[in-house]
Amino acid sequence: MKPPRFDYAAPASVDEVLPLLGEAATVLAGGQSLVPMLNLRLARPELVVDINGVPGLDQIRVDDGALRVGAMTRQAALERSELVRERWPLLHRAVRLVGHPQIRARGTVGGSLAHADPAAELSTALIALGARVHLRSVTGARTVEASEFVLGPLYTAREPDELLVELEVPEQPGGAGAGFAEYARTHGDFATAGAAAVVAPGGQAGVALMGAGPAPARAEGAERALADGASPREAAALAAEHVEDEHRRALCMELTRRAIEEAIA
Amino acid sequence: MRISVEINGRGYEGDVEPRTLLSDFIRHGAGLTGTKVGCEQGVCGACTVQLDGEPIRSCLMLAVQANGRSLTTVEGLAGDAGLHPLQRAFHEAHALQCGFCTPGFLMSMDAYLREHPDVGREELREALAGNLCRCTGYLGILEAVEHAAAEMRGEDDGRA
Repeated sequence: MKPPRFDYAAPASVDEVLPLLGEAATVLAGGQSLVPMLNLRLARPELVVDINGVPGLDQIRVDDGALRVGAMTRQAALERSELVRERWPLLHRAVRLVGHPQIRARGTVGGSLAHADPAAELSTALIALGARVHLRSVTGARTVEASEFVLGPLYTAREPDELLVELEVPEQPGGAGAGFAEYARTHGDFATAGAAAVVAPGGQAGVALMGAGPAPARAEGAERALADGASPREAAALAAEHVEDEHRRALCMELTRRAIEEAIA
Repeated sequence: MRISVEINGRGYEGDVEPRTLLSDFIRHGAGLTGTKVGCEQGVCGACTVQLDGEPIRSCLMLAVQANGRSLTTVEGLAGDAGLHPLQRAFHEAHALQCGFCTPGFLMSMDAYLREHPDVGREELREALAGNLCRCTGYLGILEAVEHAAAEMRGEDDGRA
């Protein structure tokens, strides 16, 4: 199918974007989720605000030890970043599982988070890494923890008048390892479940699951257990214990165990 | 809205609505019907073209977004010397039956082999996952891309 009619704006700066945002407007970043929804007429915005022409939103940089990723950073650019691969390897692992190269060439990091698909690898990894989401609106700016930003399927803490401008990923503890495991029927397909883990030598850990609930979420019980010296298997059992469906629970447990073991190895 | 797009080295202009998909502009605006439209939701890969050398789904981009950009479609793949090695290999290895998916595969794999000239079979299976073929069962496609990769590396893989 073809998209319904909409008005189109392509502002040239964040300051020009913000006044256009609201209930009737939708932000177009990479378009890899929004355009299918337009084509299927699941989304019928009055106004599409295309932010592809806004300079400065696609930067990958380090500021005071933390990684800063602009919302319009293409997933392919994140995948190719040597800096990310060396210092935040979990993000490199996760982004390679997002769709296909043809999707990652256009798809953006901010778009993935803001769209909030329940099987979004990047959201899961960012939650495990303790990332923060920077939002701006005409009335000001605020920062939300990634774990509190993604709330449900296609549902986030972003207000309609807010623009997701940047992600901030804290510096990882020295010697921390990363692991990501997911199950999808074919490579690049939406995953049924997945787990992300970062574990530092002292046991300080970040663990997040997708497919265990309505949205990717931290597994705080597993994180605490790892800090207290639990085995990957014990921590994984805690991470999956609230999943009701038996098959899905087994899947979440096994994927979490693999992610933790990969992070420790 | 008036747009101007370079496709295969030639300029095309047209008036489009904001909602016009790039895939439709390529086919109906520029008249280049080699690019096929399948699912229009980013799954099948039939509409894959290259935007500044990167493979993209042309059904997931608005035509207005391509204003001032440079595209390559399957019509731009063959050079003065004849068919592209991938096109020749697809022909020889029977990597197509109905041919509807073929332009998408070619445009995906041309870009992929440029970045991964030494690709192995397992990686190739993953790389091919972004394009669907309902006829061949993929084995012919896998072999064709391997042959083309070898030829593009300058190796003689022993075939006539």
